[in-house]
Amino acid sequence: MKMKTLCALASILPTLTTAQLAVHYQRFSLSNGLQVILHEDHSVPVVSTNIWYHVGSAREKPGRTGFAHLFEHIMFEGSGHVPLGMFDEWLEAAGGDNNASTNPDRTNYWDNVPSNAIELALFLESDRMGYLIDAMSPGKVDAQRDVVKNERRQSYENQPYGMSSIMIDENLYPPDHPYHWPTIGSMEDLTAASYDDVVEFFRKYYVPNNASLVIAGDIDPENTKSLVQKWFGEIPPGKPVLPPAAPVAYVSQEKRLVMEDKVQLPRLYLNWITPPHLQPGDAELDVLANILAGGKNSRLYKRLVYDLQIAQDVSANQESQSLSSKFAIEATARSGHTLAELEQVIRQEIQKIKNTAPALRELQRAVNEYEASFLNRLERIGGFGGKADQLNAYFTETGNPDYFNEDLARYRALAPDDIQSIAMTYLRDDGDVVLSVVPEGKRDLAAPGKEGGQ
Amino acid sequence: MNFGIERICEPNTFLRSISMGISAFLFLMPMSAGLGQKPDRTKPPRLGPSPSLKLPPIQHLKLPNDLPVLLMEKHQVPLVQFELIVFTGSAMDPPEMKGVASIAAAMMDEGAGSRNALELADAIDFLGANVNTFAEQHYSGVVLHTPLSNLDSALALFADVALHPTFPAEELERIRKERLTTLAQWHDEPPQIATVLLGKTLFGTAHPYGRVQFGDEKSLRSISVNDLKKFHSTYFRANNASLIIVGDVTAGSILPKLEQLFGKWDKGKVEQPSIPPVEQVKDRMIYLVDKPGAPQSVIRIGRIGAPRLTEDYFPLLVMNTILGGSFTSRLNQNLREQHGYTYGAGSAFEFLPTPGAFEAGADVQTKVTDKSLAEFMKELNGIRQSVSDTELMRAKNYLTLRYPGNFQSVAQVARQLRDLVLYHLPDDYFNDYSRRILAVTKEDVERVARKYIDPEKIAIVVVGDRKSIEQGVASLKLGPIKHLSIDDVLGPAPALGPGR
Repeated sequence: MKMKTLCALASILPTLTTAQLAVHYQRFSLSNGLQVILHEDHSVPVVSTNIWYHVGSAREKPGRTGFAHLFEHIMFEGSGHVPLGMFDEWLEAAGGDNNASTNPDRTNYWDNVPSNAIELALFLESDRMGYLIDAMSPGKVDAQRDVVKNERRQSYENQPYGMSSIMIDENLYPPDHPYHWPTIGSMEDLTAASYDDVVEFFRKYYVPNNASLVIAGDIDPENTKSLVQKWFGEIPPGKPVLPPAAPVAYVSQEKRLVMEDKVQLPRLYLNWITPPHLQPGDAELDVLANILAGGKNSRLYKRLVYDLQIAQDVSANQESQSLSSKFAIEATARSGHTLAELEQVIRQEIQKIKNTAPALRELQRAVNEYEASFLNRLERIGGFGGKADQLNAYFTETGNPDYFNEDLARYRALAPDDIQSIAMTYLRDDGDVVLSVVPEGKRDLAAPGKEGGQ
Repeated sequence: MNFGIERICEPNTFLRSISMGISAFLFLMPMSAGLGQKPDRTKPPRLGPSPSLKLPPIQHLKLPNDLPVLLMEKHQVPLVQFELIVFTGSAMDPPEMKGVASIAAAMMDEGAGSRNALELADAIDFLGANVNTFAEQHYSGVVLHTPLSNLDSALALFADVALHPTFPAEELERIRKERLTTLAQWHDEPPQIATVLLGKTLFGTAHPYGRVQFGDEKSLRSISVNDLKKFHSTYFRANNASLIIVGDVTAGSILPKLEQLFGKWDKGKVEQPSIPPVEQVKDRMIYLVDKPGAPQSVIRIGRIGAPRLTEDYFPLLVMNTILGGSFTSRLNQNLREQHGYTYGAGSAFEFLPTPGAFEAGADVQTKVTDKSLAEFMKELNGIRQSVSDTELMRAKNYLTLRYPGNFQSVAQVARQLRDLVLYHLPDDYFNDYSRRILAVTKEDVERVARKYIDPEKIAIVVVGDRKSIEQGVASLKLGPIKHLSIDDVLGPAPALGPGR
């Protein structure tokens, strides 16, 4: 049974959903420790398998940054009974699609297939969970190393402002914190990754007792259970994988950084360390981000972009992760304007929220948008952010796959002074990392800070 | 919110296809569960009969002013998508008013009915709804996505935006500045530079498809409120539009509301100017845009393709899937998986009422720019030679069997229905789709490859670090190299005055 969450504001906030959100599921585990969650949805004849391995770049060793993501690529290069290239070819020939992603906390793999091809997907996924190393070779590592280096070039180095997030995280987190380095890794570390690293990483983390499998869509649950047992049951468990640990991350005094880039316009980044996903403060910061920069009437957008017209864009986000989150404000100056001008306005608006709680309508508008987004999230079955992926995410973080109502209740519970208070607690004047990205040779456009010096 | 790194960069694929329970090629076998025994891994499991997608019927309704309404009911989630499609887009922009359709669209939610821009945005956001306005080459539109619980309020706002935009002068000044700044920012973005240049090169700047739909500096500085009002009052007419609805409503519940909001929308005299014919690329030229220090070269290779209603449409879909429209396509397998030159390579046909572009491309590491071009040439030649039975089977299955997945969200379904409205396709088009794909033969694929892919007559655009790549590219002797600066392609970055 689900707890019904009541809150003080429930009576005045107009609710968009008349019924409780629910994504029904069945859950079981295999004797090797694999956690399995099934969800039926027969609206289209599609099944999605979604596996989370509870390992990401946060588990990487020094000198091997980028390895978890490189490993993700190698997972597609064939396994004991799947020759090189056949993972994709067999899936495509059955009308399937697949993809995967790595972040600091986890690596997820999904296959969307017509419902008649569920067993093919389970065969392929179980084969690489059980027999990847049987087909591994140094040559395969080299091939994907080049692909990943090009991914870094395309997504970071050849993107305007593309290197900013790497510099910010390096300064927000101490060197021994796993969020200090980027998931994409450094070129040097990607070069250094070896075949032996692959074997070690696989044996340690890619074991059934460190994975959860969601199968969602047009399935027959009883038959699906048998198929999971058939294909995954024989894989031996590995050693227990302990939860990751991280040292305390705290920015005790403001850091101001400048980066030159091949860009037309300067951009300012303000960043604070904030509570992890689903922890107290996380939902408040989501709503604060919306009040600051979600839509035309948000505080920062209205002043910087709409009224003063000194910025081309502004955004604010609570970028939630498992061990720690980052609250990030970004704004791009229009030509003829400096980042100092933008920073002054941003600081004023943050101070206003700290001085006076936002209006009830601002809060309601943000909560209503979140509520609607929960409905939108129930539409797709597979792929990134589909129901299968969300069930796995909630399961991983809370132990409860159907945490939709509980998650939404966090937002419904908020009052205006909660937002004020969280801004006072976390958006500290002396605890942020401020990055100015400026056109080459134009360091004078950077935000100098209170003392006017660098 | 999670920010992950994806394994696959989606190539520019615009595949339009659907699967309807055809399984001519798949083996039939009951699923066996086999508890307690080791599974047979010596070959992949056989597949059962492929499933069929049962779409709800397309309901054709009409308002008193003859505005056609297409409705597909979808009751899984309490959401509704409305798309008002108007059959005039950027391709009809007068030459001296480039971008007028796009700017008019962008301005429609900057004030409508009795609300100014801020009031309108507040009202929409408060409902948890989204209203988007847009202009494509041949159509414009307004989209509403709303929770069912706020349908009535959201629908009234949607109607205001579509029918009663006010085009306030001060908002136009703001949008003007925003767009001029965007033009300046394009100078930082190699893929954008390549796209603009390829369009110009293939179609010429006098042709609608060769122009930038967004507007250029001159038009952005000169377009007036009256131009926008005229655009709207001329083309946003009941006899030049269709309304698509997908979601948790019924005809009986929604029609009275539509009649009230859209039933009195006037008709008008609307002309549809014809698109001038375009000449196929006659030779092979390389256009090299210098981006000093770039770690990658952005390669885009193009020629003129085919119109959406060509009889070659289905063979072209299959052929392109084999060439560059899927992960296992030849281009991606060669440039990414075999050589590691890129994060992803692909190709696509842009299907429009008259022939759009065929384009192949990848972002490749700077030092292998020449080698990558050589591999592109190899694959563009190779597809003209032959395709294997395995490739053909895989491409056809890929196109037909994955398509039900495109009918999950109300927005996805509405996107499919757009094609029906735009190209007057029959209601059974989706049901017939699989049959048409499966009917494509190897000879069809090889025929359209030879007809549409001619590596001797292509435009090759490369945006990259000239000093590192010029020599290698020249040594391939693919054709004359024309050197360009970013300013040559985009014009100088517009400068803005201070503040507002």
